[in-house]
Amino acid sequence: MKELIKRYWHTISSPSKFYSLGFLTAGGFIAGIIFWGGFNTAMEFTNTEYFCTSCHEMRSNVYQELQSTIHFTNRSGVRAKCSDCHVPHDWTDKMARKMQASKEVWGKIFGTINTREKFLDKRLELAQHEWARLKANDSLECRNCHDFDYMDFTFQSKRAADQHSTALASGEKTCIDCHKGIAHELPNMAGIEGWD
Amino acid sequence: MKHLPIVAALALCLGVITAVAAQNIATTRGGAINEEPEPPRMARVDNSDIKRKRAYPMQPPTIPHKIDQYQVDVYANKCMSCHSRRRTAESQAPMISVTHYQDREGNFLADISARRYFCNQCHVVQQEAAPLLVNEFVDIDELLRAGGR
Repeated sequence: MKELIKRYWHTISSPSKFYSLGFLTAGGFIAGIIFWGGFNTAMEFTNTEYFCTSCHEMRSNVYQELQSTIHFTNRSGVRAKCSDCHVPHDWTDKMARKMQASKEVWGKIFGTINTREKFLDKRLELAQHEWARLKANDSLECRNCHDFDYMDFTFQSKRAADQHSTALASGEKTCIDCHKGIAHELPNMAGIEGWD
Repeated sequence: MKHLPIVAALALCLGVITAVAAQNIATTRGGAINEEPEPPRMARVDNSDIKRKRAYPMQPPTIPHKIDQYQVDVYANKCMSCHSRRRTAESQAPMISVTHYQDREGNFLADISARRYFCNQCHVVQQEAAPLLVNEFVDIDELLRAGGR
């Protein structure tokens, strides 16, 4: 075993005998593009609605609920798909979230929420994860589209303008504090702050 | 030939039905029975936040704002996240009537009564739409005035 490692190390550490430096540089460059591009394409594929709804856990529960909401059906035809709200857009944050999502693969394999009943039982816990995440990053995924700096309060209803110009403007509250359950149905809200 | 009386009876029935259908029956349908009338455009919900006068003292107040996607079910009651006793200080919304905290025997409860839980059974939004039928409701004040008191 030790001999084997030694032999490989010798091969790797010694200069190339047959291939030119140009070939190795260009080859490495092209291979880099292919690997990196392939990696990114595959990762972007896991961000598509097609991918998310290819599991019945998502398709027949949360996806059905999303479809009647303003983020899916609206006058202007702008639509937020799953990853717009549930995956960070920055690359490093996205990678971190994708690694976390390996737990969701585990859940899929072992059928953690593979029936409607199991899903409803677990819904509070799942929702709380998302609320905590959005609370921690100051509702970053909301703000990717709904930028506070671009909000015109005069176009909002009085109640909305009052809340947004006070609690939201001062940073005392963030989007998710009030706007829970806007894209999916709510879990049992007994005991949740702000709910009765 | 023994079915002749039945056939004759059926023909008679058909004739009567056709005659009735031919008469001009008043409906709100707005088109012949075999046509699909153009539906009216969906009216906008009034979102002005202005309280409306009640037509009679016991009338459940109408909702002066949009309630799209408000979830009211066994898990959550979106209305109560502003209008319950515990929430009104922060929300500054009107508190639901004290009758909503009573059971049917009149005993007071700590929380909203189950029989008052589904807000939309009595409280509804208003739309900027022309009424389909003439409303002949007369306010009690007008009725008393007309009576000469």
